[in-house]
Amino acid sequence: MHIVVCVKQVPNTTQVRINPETNTLVRDGVESILNPFDENALEMALQLKEKHAGTKVTVLTMGPPQAAEVLKEAVGRGADAVVLLCDRAFAGSDTWATSYALSTAIRKLEPADLVLFGKQAIDGDTAQVGPGVADWLGMPCIAYARKIEIADGRAVVERAFEDGYEKLETPLPCALTVLKEANVPRMASLRGKMAAKKLALQPTTAEAVGADPAKLGLNASPTRVVKIFSPPPKTGGVKWQGEEPAVLAQRLADLLRERKLI
Amino acid sequence: MAELNYGLSELALEIRGMVREFAEARVKPVRAELDETGHFPTEILRELGKMDLMGLYIPTEYGGTFEGDSMPNLIAVEELSRICIGVSVSFAANGLGADPILLGASDEQKKKFLPALASGEKWAAYALTEPNAGSDAGSIRTTAVKKGDKYVLNGTKQWITNGGEADIYTVFAVTDKNRGARGVSCFIVEKGTPGFTFGKKENKLGIRASATRELIFEDCEVPAANLIGREGTGFIWAMKTFDVSRPGIAAQAVGLAQGALDEAVTYAKVREQFGKPIIANQGLSWMLADMATKVETARALTYATVQSIDRGVKDYSKFSAMCKVYASDVAMQVTTDAVQVFGGYGYMKEYPVEKMMRDAKILQIYEGTNQIQRDIIGLALNKEYGAVAKK
Repeated sequence: MHIVVCVKQVPNTTQVRINPETNTLVRDGVESILNPFDENALEMALQLKEKHAGTKVTVLTMGPPQAAEVLKEAVGRGADAVVLLCDRAFAGSDTWATSYALSTAIRKLEPADLVLFGKQAIDGDTAQVGPGVADWLGMPCIAYARKIEIADGRAVVERAFEDGYEKLETPLPCALTVLKEANVPRMASLRGKMAAKKLALQPTTAEAVGADPAKLGLNASPTRVVKIFSPPPKTGGVKWQGEEPAVLAQRLADLLRERKLI
Repeated sequence: MAELNYGLSELALEIRGMVREFAEARVKPVRAELDETGHFPTEILRELGKMDLMGLYIPTEYGGTFEGDSMPNLIAVEELSRICIGVSVSFAANGLGADPILLGASDEQKKKFLPALASGEKWAAYALTEPNAGSDAGSIRTTAVKKGDKYVLNGTKQWITNGGEADIYTVFAVTDKNRGARGVSCFIVEKGTPGFTFGKKENKLGIRASATRELIFEDCEVPAANLIGREGTGFIWAMKTFDVSRPGIAAQAVGLAQGALDEAVTYAKVREQFGKPIIANQGLSWMLADMATKVETARALTYATVQSIDRGVKDYSKFSAMCKVYASDVAMQVTTDAVQVFGGYGYMKEYPVEKMMRDAKILQIYEGTNQIQRDIIGLALNKEYGAVAKK
């Protein structure tokens, strides 16, 4: 089985600010990390590899040269191969153009049985790239997967919602976007880290994957960012504190009843 | 944070980073629960195995990553200890159990038993202590009688760390009761051998996550091929093991004391009384200064001992005893002071320092009480200065 995991290097969002002039994220001085949801996708792939002998895990990312760091992290955890899609032509791509670019790179690899993504990236939070790539590749896609079982060329997947889950079956190849609750991502091993240090990563260009330049970059991206802003903190409301919980609960219930909410 | 340059190798620094991150992420969130319930940290050790960290002391030819530098393993013990020595002793006891094999076993025995320990697939334990043989380890009564190509073991071992959890045990037994300590031999005994069972898990003051059990041997037949070295060499392996393992106890002590210092300073900066953080009081800041100084001197002596062993210093028994006794006394003092810095909160189980203080006590007791360590140092001094006087 060949599993491709698409990952993204993202700024550690605990410290992110938005530049009000350009409507873009301020990345200066912010630590870059492997997108946390992608860690769950990678872990799902590595667990499948442990379960199904002969499985190969390839990790793919698109980004600037320094995105090689997340690929090294992936090798440290046990990825067999990595691809760094890196070219000026990709700069400014929105989710549509990014999905296209990733799909061209996946087509260049040995045929994938499974393409995994994190549920969403914590910087853009669109959750569009996974399903987008699946569409370009003509694969079925199950978003919000928390569990997978593979047997006889088919996958049985649990797709979770806030109030329950669906159990879906699909033929392979298929694409999944993976939830945090799917697993606890492992940490890199010593031998993995040593292998990652020796890794000489050659960037893969748009030309190398045969991507159509007219579908790449800012100009090919249909998305236009009109404005990004931090929502103002909520004000108003009533705050009660300092009394017995039972008293406060009673008061809350009375108020909800008065407003006919319960 | 400012730190001394101990000339650590790239590998040692890598291991420090890995284990520090691991201990914060995986051990810290569960240490109070492990302490409360006494659950053995099975998942934690399994994960350390997957991360290639269980074979840091085992040579590469037997599946580990050891190539002459003992610091990576020592630092792994220190970093786990910073968060929980109940976990770190369960980790380090594997090395203790494997030491007689590393020191005295044949190449064939090493090839048979070490790779599974290096990968973390199997765990080890060291079995010397008996109900009536603690500090006086030469007086053990477990017997091993040769019968064809087997030895038949009878007797009881007490307080064996990783007992019941480990798969491979290095067991000391008397093969010739007329020869005292020279009649002791060391055997590799595998879990599941008929006649080999375990007693109850002990309920302890500290290191409660670790498993401490009795080992019971009743007509337990062990292949003669599992004898380490020759008959009668067991006590030598037992003592040589302690010479190399005692710095590991010191590393536990350094890590534990560092963890307590971290907690104490952090708390002293945020706790306000009389309108200012308590660290602004000279009495308290001097206390913290003494704690920090003790931790660093303990670390320096421990690292120097291990680095000297690696550099080929032969006569290191005295220094192993020194770093064990010194660092464990420091750990007891620093953890006690950490509770004092926290005041009433320190006495409460909601905060980690009372556990650290309870845990620290064992360091002054196991792998030779601190009185035995001082005996070793005293004997060495007597011998060394005697030689000078004769000149």
